[in-house]
Amino acid sequence: MLKDFFSKKKHASKPSEEAKQDIPEGLMLKCSDCGKIYYREEMRKQLYVCPNCGHHHQLPSDERINNLFDEGSFMEYDTDLNTGNPLGFPSYTQKLEKDQLKTGLKEAVVTGEGTINGFRTAFAVMDSRFRMASMGSVVGEKISRAIEKAREANIPFIIFTASGGARMQEGALSLMQMAKTSAAVQRFRDAGGLMISVMTNPTYGGVSASFASLGDYNFAEPGALIGFAGRRVVEETIREKLPEDFQTAEFLLAHGQLDDVINRHDMKKYLTTILDIHQAGGNVS
Amino acid sequence: MKQVLEFEKPVIALREKIAELKTFTKESDLDLTEEIVKLETRLEKLENDIYTNLKPWDRVQMARHAERPTTLDYVEQLFTDFLEFHGDRYYGDDAAIVAGIAKYKGRPVTIVGHQRGKTTKENIRRNFGMPHPEGFRKAARHMQQAAKFGRPIICFIDTKGAFPGRAAEERGQSEAIARNLMEMSGFEVPIICIVIGEGGSGGALALGVGDRLLMLENSTFSVISPEGAASILWKDGGKAKEAAEKLKITAPDLKELGVIDDIIPEIRGGAHRDLASQAELVDQAITEHLSQLEKLDKQVLLEQRWEKYSNIGSFAK
Ligand SMILES: [Zn+2]
Repeated sequence: MLKDFFSKKKHASKPSEEAKQDIPEGLMLKCSDCGKIYYREEMRKQLYVCPNCGHHHQLPSDERINNLFDEGSFMEYDTDLNTGNPLGFPSYTQKLEKDQLKTGLKEAVVTGEGTINGFRTAFAVMDSRFRMASMGSVVGEKISRAIEKAREANIPFIIFTASGGARMQEGALSLMQMAKTSAAVQRFRDAGGLMISVMTNPTYGGVSASFASLGDYNFAEPGALIGFAGRRVVEETIREKLPEDFQTAEFLLAHGQLDDVINRHDMKKYLTTILDIHQAGGNVS
Repeated sequence: MKQVLEFEKPVIALREKIAELKTFTKESDLDLTEEIVKLETRLEKLENDIYTNLKPWDRVQMARHAERPTTLDYVEQLFTDFLEFHGDRYYGDDAAIVAGIAKYKGRPVTIVGHQRGKTTKENIRRNFGMPHPEGFRKAARHMQQAAKFGRPIICFIDTKGAFPGRAAEERGQSEAIARNLMEMSGFEVPIICIVIGEGGSGGALALGVGDRLLMLENSTFSVISPEGAASILWKDGGKAKEAAEKLKITAPDLKELGVIDDIIPEIRGGAHRDLASQAELVDQAITEHLSQLEKLDKQVLLEQRWEKYSNIGSFAK
């Protein structure tokens, strides 16, 4: 819903219009931060982290899964849930179909489980290429079911968030997904489950103000923009210019809102350490 | 001088006309009684037509009415021994949310609610009922206490939304809201949430997770303001009226979508017409729902609450 974070080039990961015009579609990619041009395949191998400036670009959900999970271990949950048009909102169905074609995804989140260096983990990854990963009924339901499955299986739950906020076309049904997912986190917490949230660019609105902020540990990728209200809304409200780094992961870290900022290349090792510490028992003697 | 809403203008005009004729009849030789009776019948019909067929945008106007009763108005009418407590113990006291303890028909309760002002001065002090993180954290603190002492929680929702400011972001607006949603789903006491005016987005929901979500007939509950939706959808905030219809933000629409549990009727012309009568209707609703919830075992209460939330959503076949 909060489209304005794309207006800021410095930290946003969507290729600028200029970049799109410059480069043959598909083959090459231009870093939206430093402007250097790379072969797409090379960037893919680098997990879309710019080798020159370290800027973290959007990572498609399937690549995220392939990178984190041990080969062949990932099993997807709830592939049969389909988004409807509960309010009969004009052109909503067409918009969904367009993004389904564009991304090959059915919705803005992929959930499932697998092993990360041997540690069995339930997982959700949001994909902002689909409707800005806004949260509608299906997104909320899949996340809440994944948390429930983690609870039942007594395994950790890791979520990579990205979202523009609520799915406006689903009205209050979208809003209520915040309550549903947060209630699922509460049940998981009561059962002693470990939840790790990693916020990626951008994580806003209803997602930021629900499960994304409710991990036992909350992390973010470098430069990710995270907030409740978008930058432009805040600027218009308080009528003052905001600092350049406002709502970046680093800004949140400095304000005590995150446990740490983790580079994408270090992510698997980092998560493995946390999973290991939480599983290890025994005595010092 | 009462604020007159756009859709009420024909009613007001007719009322004025009748008053005029009455004065005229009294002061002149001409007897217009017959004409007056006719107009009064017409007024009755017109009022009925207008107030029983309110469009979503009319309800938005009603929900935003400057004299619409606020949380503290209802608290004064419905509870005894109310003590307001302040502060979140971390940063400050947010006057956009009031919280405290009281008795409801002799029974201890915790009350939390958004608080607007009715005057500009009070609105500035209360930030127009738009909370900062410390407001939500104050609410959380009181609800935790309610759970500890086994007191039911009554929440009044009346906000355009959480405040979108720099300080709010710096102090973790998202986290404060998220934590309330999570914790409210787990408190082992009955929670009744009532939307009394505007229920705007996450800032409203942060006091809105419980066993019952009720709405006054002319209140609204929405993921985004109609103006905000219009400017995103059509780049035209002026199309708010259309957005209000599309977004399904009224009590009857939300009841049908399964988002709310019940509608509290409003007196004709809106809650602001007569606080005491309106409070009676709210009173009936609280009594009805609280007596149902009080009978439930803690575990059943929590299980039903989870069922309620886990069932909200809509999927294609
Ligand atoms: Zn770069």
